[in-house]
Amino acid sequence: MQDNGITPSQTVGPFFKYGLTPSGEYAWNDAFTNSTLTPDVTGDRIRIEGRVLDGDGVVVPDAMLEIWQADAQGRFADPQDKRALPNASFRGFARCGTDKDGNYSFDTVKPGAVPDPDGNPQAPHIVLAVFGRGMLRHLYTRIYFSDEAGNSADPVLGLVPADRRATLIAVREAGKPVYRLDLRLQGGDETVFFDV
Amino acid sequence: MTFIYPTDSNKAHPLPLSPEYKSSIKRAPNKPLIPMRHTLSELTGPVYGHETVREGDNDLTTQHTGEPLGERIIVHGHVRDEDGRGVPNSLVEIWQANSCGRYVHVRDQHPAPLDPNFTGAGRAVSDASGYYRFVTIKPGAYPWGNHHNAWRPAHIHLSVFGHSFVTRLVTQMYFPGDPLFPFDPIFNSVPDEKARMRMVSSFDLENTKPEWALCYRFDIVLRGKNATPMENH
Repeated sequence: MQDNGITPSQTVGPFFKYGLTPSGEYAWNDAFTNSTLTPDVTGDRIRIEGRVLDGDGVVVPDAMLEIWQADAQGRFADPQDKRALPNASFRGFARCGTDKDGNYSFDTVKPGAVPDPDGNPQAPHIVLAVFGRGMLRHLYTRIYFSDEAGNSADPVLGLVPADRRATLIAVREAGKPVYRLDLRLQGGDETVFFDV
Repeated sequence: MTFIYPTDSNKAHPLPLSPEYKSSIKRAPNKPLIPMRHTLSELTGPVYGHETVREGDNDLTTQHTGEPLGERIIVHGHVRDEDGRGVPNSLVEIWQANSCGRYVHVRDQHPAPLDPNFTGAGRAVSDASGYYRFVTIKPGAYPWGNHHNAWRPAHIHLSVFGHSFVTRLVTQMYFPGDPLFPFDPIFNSVPDEKARMRMVSSFDLENTKPEWALCYRFDIVLRGKNATPMENH
């Protein structure tokens, strides 16, 4: 009988950079960058940046982050989203390795609202996967935006204890299209991760 | 076809904290993961096909002027879902140590030689039936600092996408019969033995190319079931 149990996860390890995020430093090309921007993309262009920290508050210089998001109209570049795709070449996916100081950044557009399974709007958000040495399976979290009134009614944020919601909300810097969010893998102010 | 992704399937994965693997101690969340219903954000995923992969990206032995040292091997198999269906058009990325167990990564400085003809990175896209294929060099075992006399069993790292963002998988493919299995905390972080053995490739004599390369088969099973399965009557 065929065993269709899934293949288990293993850590991405410390040495993924030359294969997954070479960034010109190795003899291999990048399949992805830390930008989702395409020439035809519409919407507000933003940057999201921050650091990844471990349970001692020490920066994590060998994490890999991946984002997946809707375009500014709230539509995904995947035929499984049955709605129209106004941004023809926008893919909505990007990948970034942290640097020696644990920093990451993504250049993208502010996503539009996406419905939940009941058809109610979710506040604009980006789905984030975190990989790293020491992480046997990647972790899923979400990035919300501090200047969105819809956060208070968001059905997923509503599942999170109020005192932990701030770990999911990127804070807009004054006067700049830049949002800041640090990710803490462990500890008192640990980022909320979801069981999906 | 509409897919569902029961979270029960995640029980095959290691727990985040596996104290024998020392690096997990400060990088595993203390608080439980928060369950949520899948929304469109989880049920969709990036679509990358053949345009992401250049001719020859799946052959790690022809990326430089000369041939790499070591044992040439073919690694092939199918990307499947939990119903056994092939997952077409799925990007598979691999990276690995050379035949001496040395990575080109600047942080790997253990005393084994680099091979100027081997980078160790490759990329392929599964075809309509979910089939993928690489040609590479069998990687060597290598020491690491986790505990006294710690050696990783030979392995190839794989990154696979699949139908949605929740099917995303990063794993390692091992080789059958490796004597280092009982001593490796990363391999043994998978609690269920049957699940653990799904990370071990099988020797594939039938697809070995005489006078040229041995072959290993590695089928990758991603999350995903048909939302409305047909009954067999």
